[in-house]
Amino acid sequence: MDELFLARLQFGSTTIFHFLFVPLSIGLVFLVALFETHYVLKGDERYKKLAKFWGHLFLINFAVGVVTGIIQEFQFGMNWSEYSRFVGDVFGAPLAIEALLAFFMESTFIGLWIFGWDRLSKKVHLACIWLVSLGTMMSALWILAANSFMQEPVGFAIKNGRAEMNDFFALLTNPQLAVEFPHVIFGALATGAFFIGGISAYKIIKGHEVDLFKRSFNLAMTVALISGLAIAFSGHAQAKHLMESQPMKMAASEALWEDSGDPASWTAFAFIDSKNQENSFEINIPFALSYLAYEKFQGDVPGMKTLQAEYEAKYGEGNYIPPVKTTFWSFRIMVGAGMVMILASVLGLYFSYRETLTQKKWFLRGMVALISFPFIANSAGWIMTEIGRQPWTVFGLMTTSASVSPNVSAQSLLLSLIAFSLAYTILAIVLVYLFVREIKKGVEHHEAAPVKETIDPFDQEVYL
Amino acid sequence: MGLNELWFLLIAVLFIGFFFLEGFDFGVGMSTRFLAKNDLERRIMINTIGPFWDANEVWLLTGGGAIFAAFPHWYATMFSGYYVPFVFVLLALIGRGVAFEFRGKVHSEKWTKTWDYVVFFGSILPPFLFGVLFTSILRGMPIDADMNMYAGFSDFVNIYSVTGGVTVTILCFLHGLSFLTLKTVGDLQNRARSLAKRVVWLAVAALALFVGLSYVYTDVFTVRAAVTIPMIVAIVLAYVLAAVFLMIKRDGLAFVSSGAGIVLTVALIFASLFPRVMISSLSAAYDLTVYNAASGPYSLKVMTIVAVSLLPFVIGYQVWSYYVFRKRVDGKDLTY
Ligand code: HDD
Ligand code: HEM
Ligand code: HEM
Repeated sequence: MDELFLARLQFGSTTIFHFLFVPLSIGLVFLVALFETHYVLKGDERYKKLAKFWGHLFLINFAVGVVTGIIQEFQFGMNWSEYSRFVGDVFGAPLAIEALLAFFMESTFIGLWIFGWDRLSKKVHLACIWLVSLGTMMSALWILAANSFMQEPVGFAIKNGRAEMNDFFALLTNPQLAVEFPHVIFGALATGAFFIGGISAYKIIKGHEVDLFKRSFNLAMTVALISGLAIAFSGHAQAKHLMESQPMKMAASEALWEDSGDPASWTAFAFIDSKNQENSFEINIPFALSYLAYEKFQGDVPGMKTLQAEYEAKYGEGNYIPPVKTTFWSFRIMVGAGMVMILASVLGLYFSYRETLTQKKWFLRGMVALISFPFIANSAGWIMTEIGRQPWTVFGLMTTSASVSPNVSAQSLLLSLIAFSLAYTILAIVLVYLFVREIKKGVEHHEAAPVKETIDPFDQEVYL
Repeated sequence: MGLNELWFLLIAVLFIGFFFLEGFDFGVGMSTRFLAKNDLERRIMINTIGPFWDANEVWLLTGGGAIFAAFPHWYATMFSGYYVPFVFVLLALIGRGVAFEFRGKVHSEKWTKTWDYVVFFGSILPPFLFGVLFTSILRGMPIDADMNMYAGFSDFVNIYSVTGGVTVTILCFLHGLSFLTLKTVGDLQNRARSLAKRVVWLAVAALALFVGLSYVYTDVFTVRAAVTIPMIVAIVLAYVLAAVFLMIKRDGLAFVSSGAGIVLTVALIFASLFPRVMISSLSAAYDLTVYNAASGPYSLKVMTIVAVSLLPFVIGYQVWSYYVFRKRVDGKDLTY
C-alpha cells in the first residue's frame, strides 16, 4: 500500500465521518432554536420541553462533530503538506477566519446555552441558541469557500511556485460557492428535519407523548419540504454550473464517454465498462440532460473522450478521467434520495393536515427508515464532488499525487488510520447508544429529572 | 514592525491564550484523579470548566488556522513532521471532548469511571506532548533544504524534550489547582490549595531543570539574552509569588501568578524562536523563518484586517461568559 493511497483513505474516511455529524448539528440547532422561539414568543411550556429534548440529542451530536472537526483542522498539514505549502496562502485564510468568526461563537454560546437556562433571561438565552446556529452556518460558509477554491480556483496568482492570494473578495464571490453553500445548508436543514421527523414518527407509533411529537413532526416536515425543494433547485444550479467549471465531472457523473449529441438524454442506469471506455447497457431519458445542464431542451454535452483530449492539450499528458462508476452512482444515489425526501415531506404534511397521521402506520414506519436518507445523500454528494474532481486537488493547478506529504511514512499513516478508525467506531457506537437512551426516555422525563436521591446533583442535562 | 513580525506576535498571543485558558482546563482534568475523593467532587470540578473548555480549545484551533494562513510552510513542516505525536494529541483531545459530554449520561459506575479515565488521560497527554513539541522545536529538528522534516525517535524523545513535556504538564496542573481554589468552596477548596502548595515547588524544580537543560541544548541564553534572561527571572518570581499567595490564602492572586508563569513561559519560547519558526538542526540555512515561511503580503494584510476587527468581539463575549458563570460551584447548586 502506498502513501498516497493511505493518505486518501485517511482523508476520505475522516471527512465523511465528520460530515455525518456536521449536517445534523447544523439542522438540529436550527430546529431547536425554532422550538425555543415558539416557547419564548408564545410562553407555551411544551415548546420549552421540546427545545430541551431535541437540544440533548443535538448536544451529544455536537460533541462528536467538534472532536472529529479537530482532526480536520490539522489534517491538511499532516497528510497534505505539499498541498498546504502550495495553497496555504489562499486556503488557510478562510480556515483561520472560520475559527475566529464561527468556532469561537459556537463554542462560547453553546456553553452559555447549556448552563444558562436559569441564569440568563429568556430572551438572552434564546439569542444564545440563535448565535450557535449562526455560528454553524458561518462555519459552513468559510469552509465551503475554501472547498470552492479547490473546485474553481479564483482570486490568486502563481508566484514563486505557490498560489498567492490577490483578491480576497473573489474567494467569497466564487460562483461555485454561490451554488455550493445553499445546497449544503439546505441539505443540513433537511438532515435535522428528517432526524426529528423520523424519531417523532417512532414515538407516535409507540403512542408516547403523541401530542408533543406531533408538534415536532409538523415543524420538522415544514422545514423538510422547504429545504427539499431548495436542495433540488440549488443542486440543479450546481449541475448547470459544472458545465462551465468542471465539464469532466459532469461527463463522468453521466458516464458519458462520447459527446451526447443534441438534445442530450439523461442516463438513469448504466453498466459501465471503464476499461473499454463504454457502457454496455443504458436506460436513457431523452432531453433530460440538456435540461439539467442548460435549462432548455437542446444542447450538446461533451463526453469524457473529447474532454480528455482537450485537457491533454492544455495540461500535458495524463489521465484526466475520474473514477466514473463512483461519480455516476453517487450522483444517482443523492438525487434519488432527494426525490424520495421531497415526496415524503409532502405526504407527511398532507397526512398531518388531514389529521390521519397517527393511523398511517406504514408511513410512520417509513419515516423512521428515512432518517438515513439525508446522511446517505450527504456522503454521496461529497463523494461525487471530490472524487469527480480527481485527479486534481485544486482543479487545473495541483494534482492529488503532488499534494501528499513526502515525509510521512506508510507506517505512520497506517497507524493513524487504524487509530482513528478505532476511535470513530467507538464514537459511533456510543453515540447511537446514547441517542437510543435519550429517545426512549422521552420528553417529560427531562423536566422531572434533576433532584433524585443520587449523590449527583448535576444531572446530565445541566452538564457538558 | 512589518506584517510578518506582527503575525508571529499574533500567533504567539493565540498560543499564550491557549495555554493560559486551556492550561487550567487541563489542570482541572488532571485533578479529577489526584484531588477528587468521590464522584460528586469530580462532577463539581468538571462543572467549574463546563461552560468554558470548548471555547478555550478553539484558541488552539485558531492558532493552527493562523499558522496555516500566515505561515503555510511552518504549518506544513510542523504538522507533517510531527505526524505521530499529533495523532496522539488528536486522540487525546477527541476522547476528552466527548468524555465531558458523555460521562454523566448514564448512571452506572462502570460507565462514569471509564469516561473519567478518558478525561484524565485526555487532560494529561496534550500538555505533555505540546511541551515535547515546543522544546524540540526550540532545540532544532532535522529539516532539509526542501523544508521537510525527517525526524527519528530520539529527535522527539530525549532528556530535554521529556523535561519540557513534564514541565508544561506540571505548570498546567498547578494552574488547574489554583483555578479550583477560586471556583470551589469548603473542604474541596482547602484540599486544592494544599495540594497546590506542594505542586508549586515541583513546578519550580521542573522549571529549574528545564532552564538548565535549555542552557545546554539551545541558544535561549545567547540569541536574545537581553529579553530572555529577564523573562526567566520573571518566571521564577511568578512561581515564588504563587507559593506565597497560596500560603496566605490569597487565591485570586495565586491564580494570577500561576497564570503569569504560564504566559511568560510560552512567551519565552516564542521570544527565543523569533525570527525563526522552525529551527533546522542540519543547517541554519534551512531554518524556517517568519520571512521564508510566510504567505504573500496581500494575504497577510487581509488577515490582519480580519483579525484586528474580530478579536475584540471574540474576547468581549468570552469575558462576558466568564462573568455570567462567575459564581463558585458547590454541591448544592443544581444548574451550575
Ligand atoms: C458544511 C459544513 C462543514 C464542513 C464542510 C466542514 N465542517 Fe467542520 N464543522 C462544522 C461545519 C463544517 C460545524 C457545523 O461548525 C461543526 C460540525 C458539527 C459541530 O458540532 O460543529 C464543525 C466542527 C469543526 C471543528 C471543531 C470546532 C469547535 O471546536 O467548536 C473544526 C476544527 C472543524 N470543524 C474543521 C473543519 C475542516 C478543517 C473541514 C474541512 C475539511 C471541515 N471542518 C468540514
Ligand atoms: C471543505 C473541505 C473538504 C470537504 C468537506 C471534503 C470532502 C471530501 C469527502 C467527503 C471525500 C470522500 C471521498 C471518499 O470517500 O473517498 C473526500 C475525498 C478526498 N478529498 Fe476532500 N474535502 C475537503 C477538502 C479537501 C482538501 C483540502 C483536500 C486536500 C488535499 C482534499 C483532498 C481529497 C482527497 C485526496 C480525497 C480522496 C479522493 C479519493 O479517494 O479518490 N479534500 N473529500
Ligand atoms: C434533489 C436533487 C439533487 C441534485 C440535482 C443535486 C445536485 C448536486 C450536484 C450537481 C452536486 C455536485 C456539485 C459539484 O461537484 O460542484 C451536489 C453535491 C452535493 N450534494 Fe446534492 N443534489 C441533490 C440532492 C441532494 C440531497 C438530498 C442532499 C443531502 C441532503 C445533497 C447533498 C449534497 C452535498 C453535501 C454535496 C457536496 C457539496 C457540494 O458540492 O455542494 N444533495 N449535488
